[in-house]
Amino acid sequence: MKKLYNSYRYLILRRMTQIGILVLYFGANAWGWKMLQGDLSSSLILGKIPMSDPYAALQMLAAGALLSTNLLIGVGVVALFYFLIGGRAFCSWVCPINMVTDFASFCRELIGMNKLTGVKQPASRKLRYWVLGLSLVISAVMGVTAFEFVSPISMLHRGIVFGIGFGWAGALIIFLFDLFVLKNGWCGHICPLGGFYSLLGKFSLIRVHHNEENCTLCMKCKVVCPENQVLHMIGKESLPILSGECTNCARCIEVCDDDALEFSIRSIAQNKKTGE
Amino acid sequence: MSKKLSERRKFLLTMARGVGLASIGGLVWSAYLDEATAAPLLLRPPGALSESDFLSTCIKCGLCVEACPYDTLMLAKPGDNKPVGTPFFVPRDIPCYMCPDIPCVPVCPTGALDESSVTTENVLDIGAAKMGLAVVDEGSCIAFWGIQCDACYRACPLLGHAITIEYSKNERTGKHAFMKPVVHADVCTGCGMCEHACVTKKPAIFVLPNEVAQGAVDTNYIKGWDKKDESRLKDAKEIKTTTRLSKKSAINSLNSGLKDLY
Repeated sequence: MKKLYNSYRYLILRRMTQIGILVLYFGANAWGWKMLQGDLSSSLILGKIPMSDPYAALQMLAAGALLSTNLLIGVGVVALFYFLIGGRAFCSWVCPINMVTDFASFCRELIGMNKLTGVKQPASRKLRYWVLGLSLVISAVMGVTAFEFVSPISMLHRGIVFGIGFGWAGALIIFLFDLFVLKNGWCGHICPLGGFYSLLGKFSLIRVHHNEENCTLCMKCKVVCPENQVLHMIGKESLPILSGECTNCARCIEVCDDDALEFSIRSIAQNKKTGE
Repeated sequence: MSKKLSERRKFLLTMARGVGLASIGGLVWSAYLDEATAAPLLLRPPGALSESDFLSTCIKCGLCVEACPYDTLMLAKPGDNKPVGTPFFVPRDIPCYMCPDIPCVPVCPTGALDESSVTTENVLDIGAAKMGLAVVDEGSCIAFWGIQCDACYRACPLLGHAITIEYSKNERTGKHAFMKPVVHADVCTGCGMCEHACVTKKPAIFVLPNEVAQGAVDTNYIKGWDKKDESRLKDAKEIKTTTRLSKKSAINSLNSGLKDLY
């Protein structure tokens, strides 16, 4: 039982956070709860503290919209949190699509899809930054927020809160894409919101730290990690995972039986030493 | 072909590939957006910016939907064929009940619902809202058949101002009167209470967005005998066109001596 708890403690916590946030949003619309109103694009905590999606605001800016003070405060709250503390934690702790892609990843392993496709992935993880740039160019050209009108994240999330329509289709497409086409395809390659948070959260304080002395090179962490390129130091060097692409999902910490990975606060002295 | 690519060539090819793929993606994406954001028959919440500004400014948070006490507002779902995630309402189902405190507007974080457009003398004024304009289809409005029905007139929250009843003789029967509803565009807010109340199977009075329901006159026409509209002529520069006929100075008797007409 202790072992089970140890291997899933963060996963359980993440699912509780993800679902809890959805429940609060849903309750706000359905029963008038005041804890968390709105949705992930923009919301109010306790009817007072505004939060707004900084990537959506960036698209609005590109589309030529005037940004209101209210929006800028909300953007500041969210951006500061992820910039200083969370890193790319939005992706694994908040985003509802994470449950879809995690499930796809689980099924992929289960049915042996990874053995069929092999380790070599046919697409670059840099793709998301191209999509991110492209979304801003298209926003500017078309005068609308380009990603917000196609985002399967908002379609699923908004769907759960306000009524889904065909919003489930986007999530299904992502599931099938991740399952049959590309491992970690959406979250790890395409999603521009993930790309945005990778850039924004690059310098955040919460980091997973690798202790090389304890590592037995079992490589379970690399298998379970949805962004395994960030784990390049495993078994080589004791380093924090400094890449912004790490989502702080903590799956690597859970699967490690040798205490070689743990959450830590980024230490500034250490960073100087490694030049990061 | 066996020759290995130089680093320079490799870099250029990679970049060209990236730009090429981005162009494909960008064109498909833009084409989709163009279709997905075209919905001229949509009614927006009170105080909404013009449709093009609204589409770039609305962040799709649904705070207006949650603020609405009558469940009037909805967010467009995929499959609704409306710009996805943006708020709208269907008055035949639930109209806007024109709350005096307009809870849906001040809650908007981005200003896509503009408080100043529904404010008169520093007080929120739902009467200033322009969500749309009610239009009467005379063919299916039974008042135009001669049946006495003033359901829309009674339902109108600006009764007697936005909709008035025009009395006229029913020449068809020769005995009766028509009591026809007339909508006044300068007062109507587009709340849709009339559409909601209309007794016909499919409403004979319905709200359309202002851009759809209204025409627009260019500045070259002036409403005669209207001091305010004629004042637009004050700074007008004269453009003199000389034709074969106008060589002789003609006196426009109708336009001379206007002063004594008022």
